Amino acid sequence: MSYDVELIRSDFPILSRRVGDYPLAYLDSANTSQKPQVVIDAMVDHYERHNANVARAMHMLGAEASAAYDAGREKVAGFIGANRTEEVVFTKNASEALNLAAHSLGATLKPGDEVVISVMEHHSNIVPWQLLCARTGATLRWFDITDEGRLDLAKAAAEQLINSNTRIVSLTWVSNVLGTVNPIAEIAAQAHAVGAVMVVDGSQAVPQLTTSVTGLGADLVAFTGHKMVGPTGIGALWGRYDLLAELPPFLGGGEMIEIVKMGGSTFAPPPYRFEAGTPPIAQAVGLGAAADYLGELGMADVAAHEAAITSYALRVLQQLDGLRVLGTTSVGPEGRGGAVSFTLATRDGLDIHPHDVMTFLDSRGVAVRGGHHCARPLHERLGITASTRASFYLYTLEREIDQLVEALNYTRDFFGRAA
Amino acid sequence: MSVEAMYAEIILDHYREKHHSGLREPYGAQVQHVNPTCGDEVMLRVALSGDRVADVSYEGVGCSISQASTSVMTDLVIGRTVDEALALHEEFTRLMHGRGEIEPDEDRLEDAIAFAGVAKFPARVKCALLGWSAFKDAAALALAADAAESMKESR
Repeated sequence: MSYDVELIRSDFPILSRRVGDYPLAYLDSANTSQKPQVVIDAMVDHYERHNANVARAMHMLGAEASAAYDAGREKVAGFIGANRTEEVVFTKNASEALNLAAHSLGATLKPGDEVVISVMEHHSNIVPWQLLCARTGATLRWFDITDEGRLDLAKAAAEQLINSNTRIVSLTWVSNVLGTVNPIAEIAAQAHAVGAVMVVDGSQAVPQLTTSVTGLGADLVAFTGHKMVGPTGIGALWGRYDLLAELPPFLGGGEMIEIVKMGGSTFAPPPYRFEAGTPPIAQAVGLGAAADYLGELGMADVAAHEAAITSYALRVLQQLDGLRVLGTTSVGPEGRGGAVSFTLATRDGLDIHPHDVMTFLDSRGVAVRGGHHCARPLHERLGITASTRASFYLYTLEREIDQLVEALNYTRDFFGRAA
Repeated sequence: MSVEAMYAEIILDHYREKHHSGLREPYGAQVQHVNPTCGDEVMLRVALSGDRVADVSYEGVGCSISQASTSVMTDLVIGRTVDEALALHEEFTRLMHGRGEIEPDEDRLEDAIAFAGVAKFPARVKCALLGWSAFKDAAALALAADAAESMKESR
């Protein structure tokens, strides 16, 4: 069956909402995606019929809830191509997954060790490593980018960014601002050659691309549920089992232990070692339903739609006077994420601030994000303080992009009227 | 209330031509205020002459609402006593938190009445208040610095 966007949209009740006189054009999916009815229903059904705590409740509902939670993990593990279900650790979100990685991987770091990230990272893949380096005395280094918004591999090679002191490399797979798809396998090979661990922030990639964690080359991959049509409140860290098995715990509490004595405790094997306290049970059910939904659509088709709609958006946006796209301006052979960030100026050159743009677009039914998108260092590197970002997903229509372009035209002319 | 009405001509005029913009010497205190969620930033200096606001200078980045509001604020407070200026701060803050139900006093607030419509857009109220809050902070610091200086002299 061919990929029918109108039919897919009928699975998402929220997409039929209106904003005043305008149909809603939801172009903020890189921020959070909308949810299909099956995900909503799965969570409602869980709360209505199967709710209990997991693992420790020895009654019928406890068994059902435990089975449902485990099934969520199995579905997610299958969705990302993990070798073992136990390689998927549930967290609160991708930020917590990255903090877990930084904390547990970084426990043995010392002065002289180096952690490598990039200037295009989301704050959640910067700040945990800054905190780690401050705790341990290790040094934080980073990839610069080229003018096209790609990792500057030549500069990195020239300054021996990845070297024998490198212990951890942590990079985003797909940029949440530029849409750049980074060459993870190539950099993972460099990291492994010097004995470093490769961490990947898959928050933007896992929802859009076919994910095979075993083929990616990474050792740890963080991602979040709410950007892949799942609920908020759940994210995941995938890790190679043998690596997870040797890492110390992150948060302490119930469920993550083996034996607790007042003199000290021993810890459960992965993934439980990293899941202290009552986990996000209904969210795991919802995320499992989301993985099923995406699997039924087919991630190859989802990725193809993402590429097509992004190509269309890049083409029509760049025809707009005064609009400048940040980063790569076409979908290259390596692909491109469905986030397009840009600046807008009036015909006489007055920069229109993204918050003003966002307010105007909202009044015409178009939901976008304005600001630094949790990537302030990247904006500073690009010489700007903020941008407007439109981001697309499996339910985005060309019609919505046209609505965006029309609203942008209107906004630019409104701000240019006093000139 | 439409967004077109919120973005009054006066706001766009001040956004294009910010009054008293740029950082100047001398000054009694300097502060930096930011809206972390949206990235609006203002660095602002206050110079006092006795109990009067002799100058307010600033450098900022941000949306038209925050930048224009700071510009309008400098027009209003420069030349007034600190007490008068702080009373205007209070009046403007009340207007911004009034959800659009407070009738602004044009004789007192002058161009700042153009921001009355912003009060109906809760997400943007903090933009309009950024420069004003920075002024209040800097004025208090400048007063404290003057007081410390005169204590030293009287000793």
